[in-house]
Amino acid sequence: MGSAIFFVLAPVAVLAGVLVFRVDSMVRATFLLLVSFLGVAGLAFLLNSGFVGGIMLLMMTGEMVIMVVFMIMFMMNPGGLMPMKMVHNQRFSACAAVLTFLGLAIVILTVRWPAPKGVAPADVTLSIGEGMMGSKMLVFLTAGVALLACMIAALALATHRGRYDRYGDDLDRKTPDDAARGGVGR
Amino acid sequence: MNLQLFLLTAAALFSVGLFGALSQQSIVMLMMGLELMVNGVILAAVAFWHYQSPASADGQILVLIAFCVMAIEMAMGFAVQIALFRARDVDMTDMAGDLRG
Repeated sequence: MGSAIFFVLAPVAVLAGVLVFRVDSMVRATFLLLVSFLGVAGLAFLLNSGFVGGIMLLMMTGEMVIMVVFMIMFMMNPGGLMPMKMVHNQRFSACAAVLTFLGLAIVILTVRWPAPKGVAPADVTLSIGEGMMGSKMLVFLTAGVALLACMIAALALATHRGRYDRYGDDLDRKTPDDAARGGVGR
Repeated sequence: MNLQLFLLTAAALFSVGLFGALSQQSIVMLMMGLELMVNGVILAAVAFWHYQSPASADGQILVLIAFCVMAIEMAMGFAVQIALFRARDVDMTDMAGDLRG
């Protein structure tokens, strides 16, 4: 049963990942990426990692829905009504990807992996919680500070451009330095 | 179903993500490539935990850190893109090559 699920989910995850860069519609690309994430979440469930799989289901669904909004905001062709190519360095990228895969595959298939050490605890989620609140607490404190710094930096970057951005550090520019021209006096 | 198959799947996801991150011109699509790469890393970490050292929770905690990296990458990527778009009306990587050495 587990193998059958694996042989459905793994190809689906990889194929959806490939299709992300093949379809014209950006919204479809985002939802295909979501399919890929959900496939990996299913594989995590197969690997006795229900907590990680569950987080992934919830987090990725939310993240991809937000991503769709950004896609529609930033892409000139969000619906994919006109076929278009937005790629550069395609040959180099394809070569790099294939070589990376071949290199990793050679390592994966030739290394003699050691036998597993120990058995999983009865409640994996409990052991994660004990790790987070015990021996790995410093890691999570650091991650928390990193997330806080990220929130502040993201707000600072994404906030509206102020007068110092538009009129220079001494506010002595005659016309504001805006990306889009227009408005009074221009 | 064994460790090798899971790792091969993870390697495939990582490689596809690498292709996307290197080839896409749109900054949002580039970030989708990066996400796919982290997706492969997550799968590999879970598989390693399950097949190599299931006794300790270290592998699972590595996955949680990968989630954290994913969230930060996404938030900072969009913030940088919004800043670029506001300041210069740029949404393509080719038009933001200021740091090209």
